[in-house]
Amino acid sequence: MSDFTLYTIALLGYCVLAFLRFCVILLLASCLLLLLDIIIVAKFFRRGVNCMSWLLVLGAKSDIARATARRFAIAGFNIYLAARNSDFLDIEIKDLEVRYKIKAMSLEFDVLKTETHKEFYDSIKEKPFAVLCAVGYLGDQRLAEKDFNEAKKIIDTNYTGCVSILNIIADDFEKRGYGYIIGISSVAGDRGRKMNCFYGSSKSAFSAYLSGLRNRLFQKNVRVMTVKPGFVRTKMTEGREIPDLLTAEPEEVASDIFNAYIKHRDILYTKWYWRYIMFIVIHLPEFIFKRMNL
Amino acid sequence: MKLSNWGKYPLIEADIITARSVQGIREYLDDLGFCISRGLGRCYGDSSLSKNIVSMLKLDRFISFDEEGGVLTCEAGVSLQTILDLFIPRGWFLSVTPGTKFITVGGAIASDVHGKNHHKDGCFSEHLLSIDIMLYNGKIIKCSREENKDLFLATCGGMGLTGIILNASFKLKKIETAYLNQEIIQCKNIDVIMEKFEESKDYTYSVAWIDCLKKGDNTGRSILILGEFAKKEAIPKNPLRIKNKFKLNILFEFPGFFLNKFTVELFNELYYKKNKSAKSIIDYDAFFYPLDSIHNWNRIYGKRGFTQYQFVIPKEASKEGLKKILTKISGRKMGSFLAVLKLFGKSNENPLSFPMEGYTLALDFPISNQVLWFLNELDKIVLDYGGRLYLAKDVRMSKNMFVNSYSQYQKFLEIKNKYDPYKKFQSLQSRRLMF
Repeated sequence: MSDFTLYTIALLGYCVLAFLRFCVILLLASCLLLLLDIIIVAKFFRRGVNCMSWLLVLGAKSDIARATARRFAIAGFNIYLAARNSDFLDIEIKDLEVRYKIKAMSLEFDVLKTETHKEFYDSIKEKPFAVLCAVGYLGDQRLAEKDFNEAKKIIDTNYTGCVSILNIIADDFEKRGYGYIIGISSVAGDRGRKMNCFYGSSKSAFSAYLSGLRNRLFQKNVRVMTVKPGFVRTKMTEGREIPDLLTAEPEEVASDIFNAYIKHRDILYTKWYWRYIMFIVIHLPEFIFKRMNL
Repeated sequence: MKLSNWGKYPLIEADIITARSVQGIREYLDDLGFCISRGLGRCYGDSSLSKNIVSMLKLDRFISFDEEGGVLTCEAGVSLQTILDLFIPRGWFLSVTPGTKFITVGGAIASDVHGKNHHKDGCFSEHLLSIDIMLYNGKIIKCSREENKDLFLATCGGMGLTGIILNASFKLKKIETAYLNQEIIQCKNIDVIMEKFEESKDYTYSVAWIDCLKKGDNTGRSILILGEFAKKEAIPKNPLRIKNKFKLNILFEFPGFFLNKFTVELFNELYYKKNKSAKSIIDYDAFFYPLDSIHNWNRIYGKRGFTQYQFVIPKEASKEGLKKILTKISGRKMGSFLAVLKLFGKSNENPLSFPMEGYTLALDFPISNQVLWFLNELDKIVLDYGGRLYLAKDVRMSKNMFVNSYSQYQKFLEIKNKYDPYKKFQSLQSRRLMF
């Protein structure tokens, strides 16, 4: 056998061994992480939550908001549901009360009327421990390209309005020195595409805002979480062909959010593999990306 | 969207709209032509399939619960699983539950489902107090045994053909523990099992698994499973909590040849040997919903799907009829590995409700041309003995069979024509059987 073959075999063998070692390390690391997760979750459940805690849900009519409110109610949170036309929320309030024997209340809230936000937050007697901002408006991309009013509505709903109300809440949380802000952004905000450039860009701005807020409030013991769902089977995606494998149910998103809340995660992709999909999407060179039909 | 029900046959192209509010449904009804409402799609055949489908799954809100009387009011899209998860820890159980908890309240009413306690407690509708139903013109009618009785009776078991069930009030049953005392009795043939069924009428829950491949003396070899909710004393710790169990999920469709007479025979043999006559305590999940622990078990039957053939034969003729059918099945080697036998109590007055006093047998068959022919032959026997088939599981019955076996069919049609004169609510099944 020639030296060359020997070297090749040795090299191959080395590669295989290195790969195996890599796998083992990865496996061990993931086991460790899993164990850690379990310990944290178990600890939390033994402790339970403060039963006087309120969760404020903004944009409570969305499917993700509904599911998340239920998930938090299971853990003992009392729930404020806030949305436009709050009469429609009464049935949800009743539902939460019958299901989980907690307190629930509906509040009138219009994200676009930014001038009312201060008054809205001041009117809440028992201030919430945590707030979930599930406001979102996909809008009509085609229409928005032609009509700026639609584009403005998308931007105002997804960004301006949310910033307005979260500013007020963040101020209060900062003063009292505790709190939790959960903002639902979107993977669409990670890179602009032609199919949803208004929605995507407004969510992108919202993500950036949340990240800044997180930075600002960290020292003040206020946590901020950015949730980036991929496809979710909701009213927003109804009637669209979306791949089953990548699509989450609202209930899955809700339980992901709750688990991430317990573990104090900063950025949550849901389903989890969207983190890696978006990693690839973000790192595609622009000269390729701009030619793609995504 | 491609869609099928639990039996995976037929697979059709349908437009499915998710209802999010009562007002929303009203608007859809204006826009759509004919349509049918659908819950979790656990009926086996084409009962909830149509060109236009209104999915009720998001109308899943609880409206009230009366802690004293155990009267629950909720929307039609609430699943039985949700009810169990929320109310068992508070000491309440469903008065009647079928063999799966993955169905909605609306579906349970529309199929007038029965359970292992039919001989004592009747069907789901027996515990139903009132329902709100939306008619073709968007009008909401409250009906119960007191007001609009005809609509109430026709809707229970009416396969969603009278209107859209919006919400329902029904009674739950008080339990002390979430566990049951189970008793298993091996019976070596059909005569023994029928005798045992008669003897065990006092048990609240009874059902039998039957091996339909056995011939001769062993025809109808079976295992009788009896149950009774355990008392508090039997479960000292956390009587209303059960352990979370690992749930299997079938990830892909098995190849069509997976289920053949050899594998079925092997399974039957092992199952019979495993379940020796004995007494034990098991939790409600294992007792009532053994198959729910395997998610997507319908994939075992492969791509072509399967159907469940469930018939009932009046008591006087049961022995003869069952023997004839079992001989036919074992002769053809058309075994089904999930065959369930049960003795029903008295029938109710709902025109399309399935149960009647007598024995019911449910058999699963993979769809194939031979099977469809074979089932036509069985139809004749069932009809000869005055029996009928369960609409929630049917996918292939002929109009002739339906009209002759459901004696109150004309009455149902009259009520349907009264409340739905333009035939707005149609399913593939109703088009096959009624129009």
